[in-house]
Amino acid sequence: MIEANLPLLVPLTLLIPALLIPLIGVRAPGAAYPLALAAVLASIPIAGFGLIRVIEGGPVTCTLGGWEAPIGIELVLDPLASFLTLVVTVVSCLVLIHARHVASVEHPDKRVPYYSLVLLLLAGFCGILSTGDLFNLYVFLEISSLAGYGLVAIGDKRSPVSAYRYLILGSVGTGFYLLGIGFIYVMSGSLNMADLARILPHILDQPTVLSGLILTVTGIGLKMALFPLHFWLPDAYSSASSPTSALLAPLGTKVGAYILIRVLFFIFDLAEVEQRVPIASVIAWLSAAGVLYGSLMALAQQELKRMLAYSSIAQIGYVGLGLGMANPLGFTGAVLHILNHAVMKAALFLVAGNLRVQLGHSNIAAMDQRLSRQMPWSMAALVVAALSMIGLPPTAGFFSKWYLVLGGIQGSYWVFVAVILLGGLLNTIYFFRVVERVYLPFGRGLSDPAAADGGREVVESVEARFSMLAPTLVLAGALLVLGLTSSFLVSRVIRLMIPPGL
Amino acid sequence: MNALSTYPSIVPLLAILVSAASVPLIGMSARLPNLREFWTLLAAGAKFALVLSLLPSALVNRVAETRLFQISPGIDLILRADPFGVFFALIASGLWILTSFYSIGYVRGLKEKHQTRYFASFALCLSATLGVAFAANLLTFVIFFEVLTISTYPLVIHKQTPEAIAAGRKYLAFTLTAGVLLVAAMAATLQMTGTLEFQAGGLRAFQGLSPVEVKILFGMFLAGVGVKAAIMPLHAWLPAAMAAPTPVSALLHAVAVVKSGVFGVVRVVGFVFGPETLGRYGLHEVMLWLAGSTVLLASCLAFAEDNLKRRLAYSTVGHLSYVVLGAGLLSPSGFIGGLLHIANHATMKIVLFFCAGAIYVNAHKEKISELDGIGRAMPWTMGAFALASLGLAGVPPVNGFVSKWYLGLGALEAGSVAVVAILLISGLLNAGYFVPIVYRAFFKQSENFRSMGEASAWMVVPLILAAGLSALLGLMPDLFFHFFTLAQQIAAQVLEVSTP
Repeated sequence: MIEANLPLLVPLTLLIPALLIPLIGVRAPGAAYPLALAAVLASIPIAGFGLIRVIEGGPVTCTLGGWEAPIGIELVLDPLASFLTLVVTVVSCLVLIHARHVASVEHPDKRVPYYSLVLLLLAGFCGILSTGDLFNLYVFLEISSLAGYGLVAIGDKRSPVSAYRYLILGSVGTGFYLLGIGFIYVMSGSLNMADLARILPHILDQPTVLSGLILTVTGIGLKMALFPLHFWLPDAYSSASSPTSALLAPLGTKVGAYILIRVLFFIFDLAEVEQRVPIASVIAWLSAAGVLYGSLMALAQQELKRMLAYSSIAQIGYVGLGLGMANPLGFTGAVLHILNHAVMKAALFLVAGNLRVQLGHSNIAAMDQRLSRQMPWSMAALVVAALSMIGLPPTAGFFSKWYLVLGGIQGSYWVFVAVILLGGLLNTIYFFRVVERVYLPFGRGLSDPAAADGGREVVESVEARFSMLAPTLVLAGALLVLGLTSSFLVSRVIRLMIPPGL
Repeated sequence: MNALSTYPSIVPLLAILVSAASVPLIGMSARLPNLREFWTLLAAGAKFALVLSLLPSALVNRVAETRLFQISPGIDLILRADPFGVFFALIASGLWILTSFYSIGYVRGLKEKHQTRYFASFALCLSATLGVAFAANLLTFVIFFEVLTISTYPLVIHKQTPEAIAAGRKYLAFTLTAGVLLVAAMAATLQMTGTLEFQAGGLRAFQGLSPVEVKILFGMFLAGVGVKAAIMPLHAWLPAAMAAPTPVSALLHAVAVVKSGVFGVVRVVGFVFGPETLGRYGLHEVMLWLAGSTVLLASCLAFAEDNLKRRLAYSTVGHLSYVVLGAGLLSPSGFIGGLLHIANHATMKIVLFFCAGAIYVNAHKEKISELDGIGRAMPWTMGAFALASLGLAGVPPVNGFVSKWYLGLGALEAGSVAVVAILLISGLLNAGYFVPIVYRAFFKQSENFRSMGEASAWMVVPLILAAGLSALLGLMPDLFFHFFTLAQQIAAQVLEVSTP
């Protein structure tokens, strides 16, 4: 019974409390947070069990209401979906632990709608991951998007404007997606993914099908902020409240990347499509441009969260590059980078959250050497995550780039190899800009005044509280663990995800 | 008997980890300086003992191997104490003991700030250096190479002056770019040959590649390891990095980091490409040109530096290229000479840096033009300085003579008279920029140092020990550590495989 309904369990575990919170919250607003945390905590073992079950016994399918597949809606848990579900639940759980205090500082009177929206967002994400139906995917996409608009709106003064922009552009994105699957449905008569994978090879020459694919991919590109469809992202991430950006930045665009993988590799056969429309090459080249654009823009930012937002555009470019290479090594690198970037970007946004709560700002220009003694642990986490973003071994970031470079060389994409490596160097510049400010007497003339009198400047520690520090450090530490165990992940888990066409 | 046999052992791993394990202990004893320094010394001693215990089996070509987990499909993290690895590990860990004692005298003498960070980074650097030494395949090598890059950064910027910060940026710009090239070259090698394992005499799979591919790959590898080896024009970070405290310059910028670079060059030449492949495409001649011009140019640039440490840095740049020359000659004696120079330059240059540091702590002088008469105040220090600088010029019986002799023999074996000429000219130039310093110190008069004596024993004893070691190794190259036997073994393994 449980095994048969496995794909349904995680979305339901998150969706039901999401609807309960407003009901209970009217009477007891304090119950919102425990309920949300409990739901996410409960979803982790289910997701973990799902992954193990799928690795050992193959994909699990569950049909809703007993209607068989092409007619009814099907939920499918395959290695890719179950793996990403686990990533989403674990990362969001850590962010949620961190969020309790941050949310009560940044928007104390909005707890009930906030946590309800968070769960709705996560339920949407997990629904997208486990559905086997293109239209059902659209429904979950809208659930998560609407929750996302609401979450972004709960932020600083500029956030309603950002949320509005995000709403308009996000709706355009989902609109394109809906239009695209409409085209495909008209020609194929099916919305079921497995069914479509069987039908599409026969009708792939139809212009309508190819137009449908292009519309769909454009819509997804908007949702995953693929360059040049990224323009909604920096504002949305930087003006949202800290916990929101820590949820959206690592996970939101990654779910978009998942839809892209699903459509390009599992529903369509990319090799066949590529002979008619060079969609993989376009994605790869745009991603390469995105890597450089995002990194260069990150260099110019004066605010940490904004810098991280631009860095996200660059990092999603790495994922796009790996997918665009359309070979197993590139695919492996892309999936590994989804995981690694989720962890490192979450760690970085939590550090930004710690800064905002403890100092009231996260302006790079206003940081100085005192910070390394005021918040030593947060800054250490920042350094580890930065090393991983740069891609230095033995952190996780090195290994995803390693597979991407291998994939690039395998396909003789020398420009992409150069872009991946150059992106790492640009990362060095914009992260060391921050690290130098935090650890060195920067912009204060000569060496720090403490050197003169031989003693230490008295600096009071304003380190974040344990509930904020612990998730930050767990994520930073996970980067080292994920780096050393990446080969295990690749050979035991990610290998199973490689689509049959590659 | 050149064939290597391996046996499983955990000692190489322990030798690497022992100093990394001391990092948290050093961090926790931040408030108790004596306990903190005890941890450093304990780790240094234990590390050296562990490396030494690997020597006997390495001498009979039995290689201790630690096979850890997989890090990329088909590639394990493997540590192997082969003769070359043990050779380098012995030098780095042995000189770390001397440097640790010296560091204590130095940082306390100057009341440096951030001493805990200093000792912790130092310990981490040594772990990475031994990892570089024992890496059995390219991926393991690159991982430790990059860890070394990052763990050295806090030491370069240690003084936190604008100059040090600029040096740190330069250092990262050069080394991380090199690291990126190395990763790309390694990935290409894996794709084209299917293996990353070091193999004495080179990977056979290279013979199947087109000439253009081999040339491009070699160029990327040479640039990747050449930055740390300070081959011109990739050397600019090294003189800038002299902004670091002197013990850092002594161990890292004369021994661990830069020697990891030339170690990498020798690994790439002897264990990745192999003499045969290099010879076929004439790539060794590229190395000879680069290294030869580096030797001469660096010696000339050393003349122009009035700052003692910067002059030493240019001298290091020149001497590192001796090793590259030795590897590029592809002849047995040349190879032996190059390898011996890794050890010999280390013992001599560390003396010179120790002296520069002792002078700085005692007299706060950094410029050569201010050293008139200092030899009378610090006779032991400057005596050691004189001995080591003669050695670097190649005067017997100091060990610098031995490596130059073999380099010269190797050049003749390879029929390269130009290299012999370079060695001779460089010897004269070395004498030319070192002897005036000694002359100033002992024969010029000055009132500046009347009331001054030697630096503390923490500093003077290590520098005299290192000078003594240089002299002893010059008389008996095989003494204690069998550097000569190891070098012969390595040369035989690398070159014999290549001759059918």
